[in-house]
Amino acid sequence: MDGLGELRARYLEAVAGAADEAALEAVRLAALGRKGEISLRMRELGGMDPAARQVAGPALNALKDELEAALKARRAALADAALEERLAAEWLDVTLPARRRPAGTVHPVSQVMEEVTAIFADMGFAVAEGPQIESDWHNFDALNIPPEHPARQEHDTFFMARLPGDDRPPHVLRTHTSPVQIRAMAEHGAPIRVIAPGRVYRMDMDQTHTPMFHQVEGLAIDRDISMAHLKWVLEEFCRAYFEVDHVELRFRASHFPFTEPSAEVDLRCSWEGGQLKVGEGESWMEILGSGMVHPKVLSAAGVDPAEWQGFAFGMGIDRIAMLKYGIPDLRAFFESDLRWLRHYGFAALDMPTLSGGLSR
Amino acid sequence: MKFTLAWLRDHLETTAPVAEIAAALTDLGLEVEEVRDPAERLKAFTLAKVLHAEPHPDADRLRVCRVLTDEGERQIVCGAPNARAGIIAVLAKPGDYVPGIDVTLGVGRIRGVESQGMMCSERELELSDEHEGIIELPSGEVGQRFVDWLAVHDPGRVDPVFHIKITPNRPDALGVRGIARDLAARGLGVLKPETAEPVRGAFPCPIGVRIEPALKAHGCPLFAGRLIRGVRNGPSPQWLQDRLRAIGLRPISALVDVTNYFTYGWNRPLHVFDADRVKGDLRIHPAQGGEEILALDGRTYRLAAGQMAISDDAGPESIAGIMGGEHTGVTEATVNVFLESAYWTPIVVAATGRALRISSDARYRFERGVDPAFTLPGLEMATRMILDLCGGEASEVVIDGAVPDTDRAFRFDPDRVVRLVGMDIPAEEQRRTLEALGFRLEGEMAHPPSWRPDIQGEADLVEEVARIASLTRLRGRPLPRAVPGVPKPVLTPLQRREAAARRSCAALGYNECVTYSFIDEAAARLFGGGGEALRIENPISSEMTHMRPDLLPGLLRAAARNQARGFADLALFEVGPVFHGGEPGEQGLAVSGLLVGRTGPKDVHGESRPVDVFDARADAEAVLAAIGAPAKVQILRNGPGWWHPGRHGQICLGPKKVLGVFGELHPKVLRAMEVKGPAVAFTVWPAEVPLPRVRTATRPALAISDLQAVERDFAFVVDARVEALTLVNAAAGADKALIESVRVFDEFHGGALGEGRKSLAITVRLQPRERTLTEAEIEAVSAAIVEKVAKATGGVLRG
Repeated sequence: MDGLGELRARYLEAVAGAADEAALEAVRLAALGRKGEISLRMRELGGMDPAARQVAGPALNALKDELEAALKARRAALADAALEERLAAEWLDVTLPARRRPAGTVHPVSQVMEEVTAIFADMGFAVAEGPQIESDWHNFDALNIPPEHPARQEHDTFFMARLPGDDRPPHVLRTHTSPVQIRAMAEHGAPIRVIAPGRVYRMDMDQTHTPMFHQVEGLAIDRDISMAHLKWVLEEFCRAYFEVDHVELRFRASHFPFTEPSAEVDLRCSWEGGQLKVGEGESWMEILGSGMVHPKVLSAAGVDPAEWQGFAFGMGIDRIAMLKYGIPDLRAFFESDLRWLRHYGFAALDMPTLSGGLSR
Repeated sequence: MKFTLAWLRDHLETTAPVAEIAAALTDLGLEVEEVRDPAERLKAFTLAKVLHAEPHPDADRLRVCRVLTDEGERQIVCGAPNARAGIIAVLAKPGDYVPGIDVTLGVGRIRGVESQGMMCSERELELSDEHEGIIELPSGEVGQRFVDWLAVHDPGRVDPVFHIKITPNRPDALGVRGIARDLAARGLGVLKPETAEPVRGAFPCPIGVRIEPALKAHGCPLFAGRLIRGVRNGPSPQWLQDRLRAIGLRPISALVDVTNYFTYGWNRPLHVFDADRVKGDLRIHPAQGGEEILALDGRTYRLAAGQMAISDDAGPESIAGIMGGEHTGVTEATVNVFLESAYWTPIVVAATGRALRISSDARYRFERGVDPAFTLPGLEMATRMILDLCGGEASEVVIDGAVPDTDRAFRFDPDRVVRLVGMDIPAEEQRRTLEALGFRLEGEMAHPPSWRPDIQGEADLVEEVARIASLTRLRGRPLPRAVPGVPKPVLTPLQRREAAARRSCAALGYNECVTYSFIDEAAARLFGGGGEALRIENPISSEMTHMRPDLLPGLLRAAARNQARGFADLALFEVGPVFHGGEPGEQGLAVSGLLVGRTGPKDVHGESRPVDVFDARADAEAVLAAIGAPAKVQILRNGPGWWHPGRHGQICLGPKKVLGVFGELHPKVLRAMEVKGPAVAFTVWPAEVPLPRVRTATRPALAISDLQAVERDFAFVVDARVEALTLVNAAAGADKALIESVRVFDEFHGGALGEGRKSLAITVRLQPRERTLTEAEIEAVSAAIVEKVAKATGGVLRG
């Protein structure tokens, strides 16, 4: 077959020279369209003698394939170039601020309550709750604080108003979470292990006191729970809560009407450079009060002290939050200053777990 | 409670250093708040001898002294008039800190003459206010430390002062002797024996005493006293004044100082009357009510009926057990004194003291418990001391009543101590401890001493033993799990909801607040509270008078404060208790979110817009979804009055079951709370959401169809007050099997529709289950939808 070389050269050149999609299509039609030059030549194959066709057929087919491939490649190149050009035009200032995604915060008190709960839950403590407007029996008498006990005065109690004609002793805003001990034991009996975090109230307002703050109560009653178990539980708690390998606690004799023996618990720490380090140093920091539940308290809650014994403790949640997270001022906890909430708050997904760690 | 080391050593034979005593006290439960050791700041100063003194060449009032010190001769310029050859002075060298002038010395030049130190006055060493001249000691060696000299010659000046905190159960430790007894039991020394030899009365007491019988059981079981005549009531001796000053008391006169000495030394408050001003006998009686008495604090108190008084023929002369009266108080001129030692019972003193608002050392002690058995010994010992200090002659003792019987005994079981404390303390040590504390052991029983009113049961014995043995010896012992293995979850469904609601709010962009549970009355009234049942009788401020009926007032106040600080756009939330009554338990958990201002600051994407009701609704629904509320709810109006009447909705399961509420706050409420709007909010009550009837982790089978779903849009013209939810429910009801969802996608008011009309456009999604829908079937459903909507709302398809 004659002139295929020339045909090939011409069309390949035309393909290469096509400046846009339309020009390329024109080339395709001229070569491979129904009346295209190559199509016509292929139609001529039918009239050839078999020997000639044997030669011309494959050659023409090869040319057709080659041209189609060239067209395809050129089309792709043209598309790429066009895209390239569009993208070059589509420049954005990506340093503009992003669209706003809301990011709220969880209050440190809530966060720390969840941390405390996670730790004690692992040791088998459930979470008990009780009313914040409390009867004075639950808040005092049942806890071995009779009406004239000097400890009552030291509690700086808020009293609820009494309607005229109501001669019951006024209810109080609970001054501690300890009445939950009574309610939990009265409801569930022994054995029992609970913590009771929540709001408590005292008539005190100065640099370091607010009339409302948060405590967590702990209670474990069984047949043979001793003060040595209390010490271990508190050591484990402090180690887990402060996220250190080692802590050292010091028990100091003290007095609470509802426990006997009673102990204040100090934690070894250092304050070097104003930064708290737990488990090292020469300072001791008082962190909680504790003791063995007084037999009268057990009796008041309907638990037989001849059969059951155990420990209780109470700890300031705001205080341990301040210690762990370096928050200086208690009063700011309740002022809802947006700057404070954002700075000291926790992200929604910062959920304390023992598997992943309590804090980031 | 304060005391000095020397005072302690009057009762305790000990060589223990201050630090060891302090550590032991704290460990015993007598927590040391402070130890002030005056020797600490005087340590550096040494004695020096002035060898020669001559006038300063350029200053008339200065002298240049040659002084012999432990480091040889020094030249010191001194301005004191008594700086002269031969005296022994107290020297501060360059580098020493002089407390009274707050200066660390250097080598100085004074008017051109070098001075290598300073000879100090008492004021410069903070020993007294004396500044007439430098200290001139009557003895001492050059180079001897000043503190060592003081320890021998004037120990009161360097007596360390302990300040300890006394828990209410330990009245005995409100006297130095009780503290000494604890330390002795711990092994820090030996308690010195003490006897109260009675003083023989030289004459009958001319003043009689009588306790009204009613008070003998409760109030005043025992009252004793005696006259001491011919006393000279001048200043008390220096050592006594030093001690009282050291613990922060002002020496007044020998007679008064003796009573204070017994108050702090033995926890035995006494009172002295000027006998010449007492008319007739003394009567201890309950007040009738209305009697007035000018007390020693210079204030007049009006006694209420039942409060105890000591009266003579002229009327009340003392508020019993709390404070004496000015009229019969002793003065420098007193020559005949009546000394009172009585036992007042705690409850009566506490009630009277509280009612009259008097804080005194006597009240503090009597209401905690004074040793009744020491009433007479105390009287005798104090008599002897007054005779020693003031001279005079004592009468016989007059007494009414008797020492109340406080004897009681509790079973003492050394094994129980071990079992309860978890510390191995040998039985012998336990017995020794109790005996050292004054307990009498008889077989299995322990009798507490008369000065320990706090010992009321077996558990108290355990505490005493453990305390003296030292809880620092306690070693932790692992608490086995109640049930072995992986612990079960502990939270209740409501507790889980609380946490989920909190995390949801934070995820939605709200900042969690913890606001006070008490709010001001005006705010409480705006939110349906403020009644008497929720009023606090003794609020700490007028901002905190009522328990909150709702979380929103606290959040609105917080928003107002933040707006005042320049934050206009806020998203605040709180999860916490609200109160609907004044009885325990009349509280519930609420979750409230408050949006104020715009959705965000102005931004380049133009997304910032004022917050609206649908923001609040979206968040309320997100929170409800997070705590497991059903998706299908009703939205009802007629919520409480603090919402905008037309722009709020209650999220309900039936008319009585309100899960939550959302809406725009009433403009009047915003104005009253000083919040600049717009402000929208929501509240959710987690406890109202019903628990699932069956709790199972298994999900229902997923039913999905491979057949193509079809969506059709409809626009209806309806009355402007027709609610979208009514229309949606009507459309969905046209073919419950086929219609998968109905969604409102457009609302349009006005235009060609005319006043009072609106157009609501919905997309209905049809999901065939068995075969592809034909056009005819779709048409049939469409017709049914149009018909249902027309019937329910009067709406017609928009042409």
